Amino acid sequence: MTTGRDSEATDPRVPRRKRVVLADRRGTREIPRTMMELEEQNSVGEALVSHLMKVQLRSSLLLAGIIAVALCGLPVLFWLVPAVAEATVFGVSLPWLLLGVLPFPFMVLIGYLSTRDAERHEREFLRMVEK
Amino acid sequence: MEPDLWALGGIAVLAAVTFTLAARGAGSARTTSDFLAARRTVGVERNATAISGEYLSAASFLGVAGLVLKDGVQALWYPIGFTAGYLVLMLFVAAPLRRSGAYTLPDFVQARLDSYRLRQLATVLVVLIGWLYLVPQLQAAGLTLSTITDMPYWSGIVVVAVLVLLGVLGGMRAATLVQAFQYWVKLCAITVPAFVLCLVFLDGDSQHRRGLDEAVPPVFERDTTVRLSIDVRLQVTEPVWLRVEGGTGAGVLGDDPAPGPSSVYVSPGEYPVSAGTELRFPAGAPVPVVDDAVAENRSWLLPQDDGARGLFETYSLILATFLGTMGLPHVLVRFYTNPSGHAARRTTLFVLALLGAFYLFPTVFGLLSRFHAPQLLVTGRTDAAVLQLPGAMLGNWAGGLLGAITAAGAFAAFLATSGGLVMSVVGVLSDDVLPGRTWDVRLISLGAAAIPAALALSAMGRDIAQSVGLAFAMAASTFFPLLVLGVWWRRLTAAGAAAGLLTGGSLVLAAVVLGMFVADTQSWWATVLQQPAAITVPIAFLVTFVVSRATRHRVPPGTARVMLRMHAPDRLGFVHDRLESSGGEGGQPHARGRHHR
Repeated sequence: MTTGRDSEATDPRVPRRKRVVLADRRGTREIPRTMMELEEQNSVGEALVSHLMKVQLRSSLLLAGIIAVALCGLPVLFWLVPAVAEATVFGVSLPWLLLGVLPFPFMVLIGYLSTRDAERHEREFLRMVEK
Repeated sequence: MEPDLWALGGIAVLAAVTFTLAARGAGSARTTSDFLAARRTVGVERNATAISGEYLSAASFLGVAGLVLKDGVQALWYPIGFTAGYLVLMLFVAAPLRRSGAYTLPDFVQARLDSYRLRQLATVLVVLIGWLYLVPQLQAAGLTLSTITDMPYWSGIVVVAVLVLLGVLGGMRAATLVQAFQYWVKLCAITVPAFVLCLVFLDGDSQHRRGLDEAVPPVFERDTTVRLSIDVRLQVTEPVWLRVEGGTGAGVLGDDPAPGPSSVYVSPGEYPVSAGTELRFPAGAPVPVVDDAVAENRSWLLPQDDGARGLFETYSLILATFLGTMGLPHVLVRFYTNPSGHAARRTTLFVLALLGAFYLFPTVFGLLSRFHAPQLLVTGRTDAAVLQLPGAMLGNWAGGLLGAITAAGAFAAFLATSGGLVMSVVGVLSDDVLPGRTWDVRLISLGAAAIPAALALSAMGRDIAQSVGLAFAMAASTFFPLLVLGVWWRRLTAAGAAAGLLTGGSLVLAAVVLGMFVADTQSWWATVLQQPAAITVPIAFLVTFVVSRATRHRVPPGTARVMLRMHAPDRLGFVHDRLESSGGEGGQPHARGRHHR
């Protein structure tokens, strides 16, 4: 029960406010119990959240690592291997292609993967706490 | 004068449509919280379009093409960084930040670390970053108006500042609609001319495409008269015959001291040429370029030919843009309009696609300008490439029309970004300086727009994309460590965060100030001061970490609960929004907003 709702329930201008709020929570029967368990911050709840954070962070770091290698590796590559910098593909200079066009679809792909992973981890977490 | 009328017409149409939309939207904003957060009733697609519309600033619309014209392939790191910033935001902070219920960065700081003093520090930094970002936008507006018409430099700044103020007073609800509209304006304004000009280019004779991989400067296609509006240092790499009129150019460039127009032979070297000089080049003459541009086509075409200093510059830029986006004030505010953390993530994915689609095209303008508008390399106003290329390639009405389209797009860029920035600066100021009522918001808006306008009036900027880069460096050196550690690390303390903010902020500020006094742009010092992020970001991160460890007994007691709220999936319903918990600012009973819980 949050303080916001308490103060509202006692607000003379908005009588019987509480009922509306409860009605709004239809379809989420399981949630109050889970919430209480987690909010109590007992060792089980804490461990569950820590675990969720850990898997989310791990997959984010993995994808960030892929970006770091693929994109941030390019300047060093161009510097160390001038042949790459001078190559052309279908008459287009390779560096212009690698920097001007390809990064954008690549980043959308990584973004898609990250959304998919994060949502999967959240579903697994929900399955675990709502058992 | 004909092209001027075309361009002014384009700008006028854009402004008219913008205000019609804003006025219609403003009718539905009733309370302060409606005003600021659009009650989170905006769909993912619309919201993503609005975010992109707000984010694509003058730096993206004008600056990237200008830098490509000047620096070549190296400049492509700017659009990559501007996009990748959203990717990093999405990977590390988008959903948790949304669930934290924070509407602004100071809100997040207070929710996470429960320190009012830290909140005030964050407010100061938000305002500082907002202004650092606003000044180049307004300067670009001045440049645009003075380029396409003969109006003075200050008029563009004043026009945009006034339009932004009027727009901000329309409220956020209208802003979502307007900014979504402005994304499409910008996309069309860059794609349509780019396609047309590409066709013209491919259709035309290919004689000047030959020299692209040779170590020669670009050449003028036809007889060209260039009028300098600012003092420049020109580097001449190939001897050139030209005629000089007016200014002090005649004495400096040639040995012939005779007054009046005369042809002079200029041998390779560097020459300071003052504003007001008029230079006439015959067709086929090699182009002398301003001293910070790449003179020869071959090194323009190839990446990383600047050795270790160039490598440092590139990585510094990468760090600033990749990590700085999440700390920009107008970015976070927009995320609050998502209904949940889940939607925040999806919105970001959509934004990545929208930005990626846009950023394919400024490069085209930069490339074509190298062939068809090399006079910009002489005047140093390369940021005008997008505006002037259509006229330079097609002298007729078609060029005028396409020029009008790009001018309207540029104005959409100034209006959207400046509007978002002013709005977010107003957001933090009205929270922390004057407790918000709608009336106060209007007064603060005036101040938030007037001060950067005054700063922009006081100086002509350097390249827009580079100036904006400093705002990114500032954001990356201050809010990036705070946000990432705040979201993922339980042991962050208020003292650690404050130390990090102060260290990063003052280091970047010092770089900005010192950078004004370094004249030699090619030295290591100048590079470090212009792109400080590679040094300041790691230092700020480290300081935040170390001080937090040193003050580990002062980890705020509510940390576990905040972490739970940020990371638990939306369905569990921990999201606790600022506007709802405070019962609506200004004391209104906030009945309708309640249902969104």
